[in-house]
Amino acid sequence: MAKKEFTVAFAGNPNVGKSTVFNNLTGLNQHTGNWTGKTVSNAFGCLNYRNISYTLVDLPGTYSLLSGSKEEAVARDYLCFENHDLVVAVVDATCIERNLNLVLQILEITDRVIVCVNLMDEAAKKSISVDINELSKQLGVPVIESSARSGAGMSELKEMIYNMTVNERKTYVNKITYSEEIENEAEKIYREIRPKCKNDAIARFISLRLLENDREFNESLSACSSINYESKVHNKNYKDMIAEKIVKTAEEIFLKTVVFNNLEYNKRDRRIDQILTSKRTGIPIMLLLLGVIFWITIVGANYPSEWLSALFEYINTSVRNLLLNLGTNESIISLVCDGVLKTTGWVVSVMLPPMAIFFPLFTILEDFGYLPRIAFNLDKYFKCAGTHGKQALTMCMGFGCNACGVTGCRIIDSPKERLIAIITNAFVPCNGRFPTLIAIISIFFSASLLFPFSSIFSALLLLLVIVLCVLMTLAASKLLSSTVLKGKSSSFALELPPYRTPQIGRVIVHSIKDRILFVLWRAVVVAIPAGFIIWILANTDVNGISLLKHFTSALDGFAGYFGMDGVILAAFILGFPANEIVLPIMLMAYTSNSSLMEYDSIFQLQSLLTANGWSIVTAICVLVFFLFHFPCSTTCITIYKETKSIKWTAAAFILPTAVGLTLCFLISSIAKLFMCGG
Amino acid sequence: MDEGISFLSSLKIGEKCVVKGLNAEGKERRRMLDLGLIRDTTVEAALKSPSGDPVAYYIRGALIALRSEDAAKVQINILS
Repeated sequence: MAKKEFTVAFAGNPNVGKSTVFNNLTGLNQHTGNWTGKTVSNAFGCLNYRNISYTLVDLPGTYSLLSGSKEEAVARDYLCFENHDLVVAVVDATCIERNLNLVLQILEITDRVIVCVNLMDEAAKKSISVDINELSKQLGVPVIESSARSGAGMSELKEMIYNMTVNERKTYVNKITYSEEIENEAEKIYREIRPKCKNDAIARFISLRLLENDREFNESLSACSSINYESKVHNKNYKDMIAEKIVKTAEEIFLKTVVFNNLEYNKRDRRIDQILTSKRTGIPIMLLLLGVIFWITIVGANYPSEWLSALFEYINTSVRNLLLNLGTNESIISLVCDGVLKTTGWVVSVMLPPMAIFFPLFTILEDFGYLPRIAFNLDKYFKCAGTHGKQALTMCMGFGCNACGVTGCRIIDSPKERLIAIITNAFVPCNGRFPTLIAIISIFFSASLLFPFSSIFSALLLLLVIVLCVLMTLAASKLLSSTVLKGKSSSFALELPPYRTPQIGRVIVHSIKDRILFVLWRAVVVAIPAGFIIWILANTDVNGISLLKHFTSALDGFAGYFGMDGVILAAFILGFPANEIVLPIMLMAYTSNSSLMEYDSIFQLQSLLTANGWSIVTAICVLVFFLFHFPCSTTCITIYKETKSIKWTAAAFILPTAVGLTLCFLISSIAKLFMCGG
Repeated sequence: MDEGISFLSSLKIGEKCVVKGLNAEGKERRRMLDLGLIRDTTVEAALKSPSGDPVAYYIRGALIALRSEDAAKVQINILS
């Protein structure tokens, strides 16, 4: 019986639209972006085509399989040692020469390959023509042209996947022949290891790697196979000769298949770059762009926030009436309405709108190709801090989600620099922290101003806060790189990909949908139990005082040193599972301690907080501690997974907390001094 | 034409050069080779970052930023 299930691996350079192709085929919404390192571990998806089911594996984007970064090892080990029926190598039509390097390396491992030349639309815009038939002839495998963002070429790709797997279409790969000396030496190794290898191609690939005597590959090899081979020849030149031969072959094929009809094809990109990265305008424009994004977020979030809170108010009242009519016990009604529904309502109405606005805007910048330019602009400072240039990229990822930022640190090869990037990632606020920052800033610092000045002022303050975060990231990195994680910063090459017209409509629809689902999901899994626990704590009395009160009173003294109170600190502790629920927990605790209060506008929030003793100093301290405190539990778990070390996870937990507490202590002490003096 | 050996870090924006060799070892060397920095490759300095370092170069159709200390490991002949 013919096989009904196949595994297809997707490989390719970073930012060639590999994830877009993958999503297009699987219908998954894996987040895609125009920069290096989006796919940091293997993602899986399914495709059903003509009654055959395919498991699709999205490998990390790499330029090579041979230069030893962690991502490359993941991709290489998968291709070498795992079972797959087919590899789809996605390449960028506007940058074929560089992409062919990887394709040729893949063809050394297997001849079951389809090359998918993506971004043909971008190539057409730049008057670059690619001779698909010639490319197919040169490589000896089928080549499909596509523009995955518009879906062009996807049905052809599916048909070819079917042909290659079910019909076992033949391929005629022209293997690269190296110099006689290398071929002879490789042949010797080949004969020895062949019996232990899956097939001839892999045996040859492994022989060549053994000849290069790459320590890391040897480690992978002994971990993934039974081959144990000690190379007797040590010729450093072999490595160079092999790498050079592949690059040269890529160049030859490129010259035969690609024609630039307009030699100034990248003039537009150069012009944009001259504005976005120049000495005079580079950094000001970066700040302006961020400021504008913040302003849109602040202004845009107000109305949906009010609608949502009215909606939850309505739901709350309806549920309460319904339960009353059913004759439910009063405590249970209170638990459901004042505990669970209220907390969930706060999380959704206060947190969702800013997240659903900020995230898509950020994604548009990302889609355009701007994030690597931020890294390019800021690299000098990271270099001074003794860290890797790509840390600027992982920091940017952290603005979206710290856990993603931590995983993203895999793009950094050197273990020490990677650790620094991981430990300091939580120094920038994630998407889940922005709404609270915005709320505190608008309430305490710009509420007295009139529209539109209030929102502009809020955006400016937020921008200032972010600059502070970046400075703290650098300071913390410097501290680490000059003490416990000493070492020379390693070399790095940052690709500045071609700018692409962002698909604004698609990005907005997709990421708003993603965000809404994400926040609603978090609301269910985090806010509901949190509301439940808080209500229980607030309504279980011991010695006439609620447990919550006991808890917060116990913290009051300690928190006082840092300009906060017990409720705030308790909220941070109870909000460990997710930063989004810290503010709602605070509000819950305040309202349950004092008389109940309905939240329907930001001004009521202000009166609630001031009624509970918040001064401007409290607001500043909360803001600072919100920026610099332990990362959420998801991020901590991710840090542990990435570092496999309790020690470094603890460091990532303690460092920002210590920084935050120190700053808060200084702020509140200075404030007290002034008040006494005044 | 040939102005003798110099290093990629000394290339000015808009200037082109030909790669002659690498003064890097191990992984670093391999990474540079994989970028396409092999002998006789033409490279053009394209962009300076606001602080002057790193600089972005056109290497085999891709725009790649290198820090000055890494660019200093690439031996070149400047093309006039």
